[in-house]
Amino acid sequence: METKLISLPVTVNRDTRFRDLVVETVGETIFSCYQCCKCSAGCPVAFAMDLLPHQVIRSVLLLQKGKALSSRTIWICASCETCTTRCPNEIDIAKVMDVLRQIQVESGTGAKEPKVPIFHKTFLNTIKRFGRIHELSLLTNFLRKSGGIRDNFKSGEWKNDLRLGIKMFLRGKLKLLPPSKKGVEELRKLFDQAEEHKKS
Amino acid sequence: MKVSFFPGCSLEGTAREYGESIDAVSCFLGIKLEELPGWTCCGASAAHCTNEFLSVSLPAKNLLLAEKLKHDLVTPCAACFSRLKNAEKTLIKESQKNGAATPFRGEINVLHLLEFFSREDLIETIKEQVKRPLSNLKVVSYYGCLLVRPPQVTDTKNWEDPHDLDDLISLLGGETIFWPYKTECCGGSLVLTNLDIVRRLTGRILDMAQEAEADCIVTACPLCQANLDTRQKEIGNAKGVSYNLPIFYFTELLGLAFGLKGTQKWFRRHLVDPRPLLKAKKFI
Repeated sequence: METKLISLPVTVNRDTRFRDLVVETVGETIFSCYQCCKCSAGCPVAFAMDLLPHQVIRSVLLLQKGKALSSRTIWICASCETCTTRCPNEIDIAKVMDVLRQIQVESGTGAKEPKVPIFHKTFLNTIKRFGRIHELSLLTNFLRKSGGIRDNFKSGEWKNDLRLGIKMFLRGKLKLLPPSKKGVEELRKLFDQAEEHKKS
Repeated sequence: MKVSFFPGCSLEGTAREYGESIDAVSCFLGIKLEELPGWTCCGASAAHCTNEFLSVSLPAKNLLLAEKLKHDLVTPCAACFSRLKNAEKTLIKESQKNGAATPFRGEINVLHLLEFFSREDLIETIKEQVKRPLSNLKVVSYYGCLLVRPPQVTDTKNWEDPHDLDDLISLLGGETIFWPYKTECCGGSLVLTNLDIVRRLTGRILDMAQEAEADCIVTACPLCQANLDTRQKEIGNAKGVSYNLPIFYFTELLGLAFGLKGTQKWFRRHLVDPRPLLKAKKFI
């Protein structure tokens, strides 16, 4: 007698946590994306992107976490909100970029444009210290931490920086003294709470 | 008329002349802009790009301070405005969702300074006070991104073709020119990290202003102004062209049209000196 092999349907449990995290913040509208490319057509930074905004949305929907998070796009997006404003399906695309950046930073892996997350971190450390931004501290700390001083020397960009710095100083636009630390204690509590949020 | 004022971090530094002209113009018009005591940074791009909790709680801290004083909160910076409005909308939505009382009740309005100056009663006052009309000054208005986008956050009505700034300049006797780059991005948030992108975006805006035959550009944001004013020489050098477009804060033009003293002190702070243009037009 002949034996018959019966193939049983197999349910694949795909890990959707990455997409769930995005949907939780930006809403269900993301599933309505029909790739009209309006976001990419209006994006002022599209020329420098490795994944266009509509491709980022698709990579999220297809659970392509690595593709989305390792892109240059998420870091050079200028947060100009043109995509969000024009999307016919009310997808908050700029917010998708935010969530992807947040996940990338949390993951602790290297970013494609490492200077951008270093800038954000330096910015937040500056306000944690003073309560407000002190432009000169932000600039010098950022240059120090991002290797910007060395890079600027190599590229000759330091001449532009120096010229601009002197002009700004002469015009009274470079505030040398840091701001008074009014309200900084309350603000530091928010940073502590943000740490607790991360843990939970 | 009294409102709380959230200056933002640039007003004491790179945007000093914006702060000085705001003080002079509001004092002249009898408006009391009371600096919000104990205000702290809104977190700007750094917070929303890296930490969801801070992106709301940092601006929300300032909203709560303002609500205690019961006056509307006015800010001159488009980025601060965007973060404060975003926090306002988020907190109101949260409280509706949970039905629970949140510390912020939404009893005050958050306004950008341009929006505030465009209120009907103030428009009337401004109209009466114009002593030296800006005749023949050809101006393109630059709104940038966050003053108008996304409209769900900013409550802007004409986000693709805003005209508050144009209306105000017309009121001062200036000639506003239509141009397609009113709300095009200058790349401000990438200014310390991706200068090549910034130069390209800013260069396009300068080119378009020249193509529209404008004498100058008027802005309502410290970051937009800084970017357009400080980069002209290096962008020009790279392209082999020369730009000479003064970039004004709208409050500077208000002060000029009101005939206020001390306007030259503001103009001296610009990298592209607007005084030759203003002299040629016989405004100073």
